[in-house]
Amino acid sequence: MKKVVLSRILQAIPTLWVIATVTFFMTRYAPGGPFDSEKAIPQEIKVKLESHFGLDRPLAEQYLLYLKNLLQGDLGPSFKYPGWEVSELIATAFPISLTLGALSLVIALLIGLPVGIIAALRKNSWLDYLPMSLSMAGICLPTFVLGPLLIYVFSTQLSLLPPLGWYGPADWVLPSFTLGLFYAAYIARLTRAGMLEALQQDYVRTAIAKGASSFRVVTKHALRGGLLPVITYLGPAFAGLISGSFVIESVFFIPGLGKFFVTAAFNRDYTMVLGTVLFYASLIILLNLLVDLLQAWLDPKARQL
Amino acid sequence: MSLENSSSLGKDAWLRLKANRMAMLSLWVLVAMAVLSVVGPVLSPYSYDEQNLDRVFHGPCNEHLFGTDNLGRDLFTRATYGGRISLAVGLLATIVSLIIGVTYGMTAGYAGSKTDAWMMRSVDVLYSLPFTIFVILLMVLFGRNFLLLFLAIGAVEWLTMARITRAQTINLKKTEFIEAARALGYSHWRILFRHLLPNLVGPIIVYATLTVPSVMLLEAVLSFLGLGVQAPLSSWGSLIKEGADKMDAAPWLLFFPGIFFCMTLFALNFLGDGLRDALDPKSSKE
Repeated sequence: MKKVVLSRILQAIPTLWVIATVTFFMTRYAPGGPFDSEKAIPQEIKVKLESHFGLDRPLAEQYLLYLKNLLQGDLGPSFKYPGWEVSELIATAFPISLTLGALSLVIALLIGLPVGIIAALRKNSWLDYLPMSLSMAGICLPTFVLGPLLIYVFSTQLSLLPPLGWYGPADWVLPSFTLGLFYAAYIARLTRAGMLEALQQDYVRTAIAKGASSFRVVTKHALRGGLLPVITYLGPAFAGLISGSFVIESVFFIPGLGKFFVTAAFNRDYTMVLGTVLFYASLIILLNLLVDLLQAWLDPKARQL
Repeated sequence: MSLENSSSLGKDAWLRLKANRMAMLSLWVLVAMAVLSVVGPVLSPYSYDEQNLDRVFHGPCNEHLFGTDNLGRDLFTRATYGGRISLAVGLLATIVSLIIGVTYGMTAGYAGSKTDAWMMRSVDVLYSLPFTIFVILLMVLFGRNFLLLFLAIGAVEWLTMARITRAQTINLKKTEFIEAARALGYSHWRILFRHLLPNLVGPIIVYATLTVPSVMLLEAVLSFLGLGVQAPLSSWGSLIKEGADKMDAAPWLLFFPGIFFCMTLFALNFLGDGLRDALDPKSSKE
């Protein structure tokens, strides 16, 4: 087990290096620069700014310097938010995105798992058909359609919840449901399929034959195998939650990291773009590792890997 | 089916698909959508960018089936015109991802051993990356170029395709007809494309059908963030964005493009499921 974790961490280093390199040169070769705004800055100030941030040096030198700083954990200063370090900006904005993502995932699991389990246990009854048709609709209803619709119903028409912003728990409800419902639909379908397969396994039959109560059979025996597809899906789901947050943060005007990233890319804020991309990549690599460990814990067959 | 009507694999699959009512309904919905997108803008008396400032925010009526937007543009024309772009991006990007994924997967599976291990290892690594971020970055940095749009999307969506193709290739590699082709001394190139590829068509079609909706979704996300097609052109994603912004004044602006988009995604997903059951009865669960 330790070996797996170690090799994965070692593997992450070249991956992150490739990402840093690709992103670095992509941003630099793209047209436009951080100080080419519409409001023309005097030429001398622009030159001064560029030399202050080292943008006047040869590209190779800038690249090596960036990598050197990166190794020391320094993501550099933001070009567009004077006086702010990129890491400070991430530390301010990310907790908001994290809250949104975590709430959505909790909602998705709280709705998706029970619905899927019940549908599998009551296969071909209305408890199966109705939720499964609804979940198909949920998968096909993109968040950027559902979000505005929920705002229209709950804010504009019923005035129950605030339509935008991120000030208190009342603001959390609509965005996290919008993002969570899509994943709930997907998780419900995966749970149902996984449970149906697990319920046919010999070890479940053995458990029933030994006289275990049906509640125990489901929770102790079937669930462990039946949840595997859901766990496998969690990896892509995390990545999806992150990119989903771009849309949600734009629909509900939430000042999270997704919004910062898109703005930074528009502004050619090189260090901020690079820092955010590397941060997201490390986060996803870490979460994927956690998913793999969880999988190994649930499924002895996967442990040998 | 009686014995004297015994038929080819393709015919068999078609019969199975025909028996699946949801899949057939989906097929008709898709055909209707495609026809509407091609014919709609032609039949409509308005053009997609024609403004009429006397008829701003007009609700659905006889002259404007779907109403008009804040510039008095006819929403029916814009929605059907947007369908052209959304469907075209969906198809073209899927083809790009298909070409990359199938070639990559076939090569890895056919080569086997170390080449395979390395190629699939890199797919695993790529799988775990936040690709949407890269697509967004590409679109922001290099401008909203239509060609770039589906190249970028296609380049992201090929990974699953490569995995599926590789698994199938490994299975097929052991079969006798490939061995025979090898014994005849055919080149690897010829074996790959003349012998292996035709036998991969089933799973490729199934997965391609399921890739189209995810591609369309990504295009819509980009358009929604303002990175896709630019006004006055429209795609379903950009129309939904406009509709969401003006929802309070004119809810139909969100409603109609949203319905079009969701119905198409719904139909594609159901058709994909149906095709999987029809082309590969073994793989369908239950």
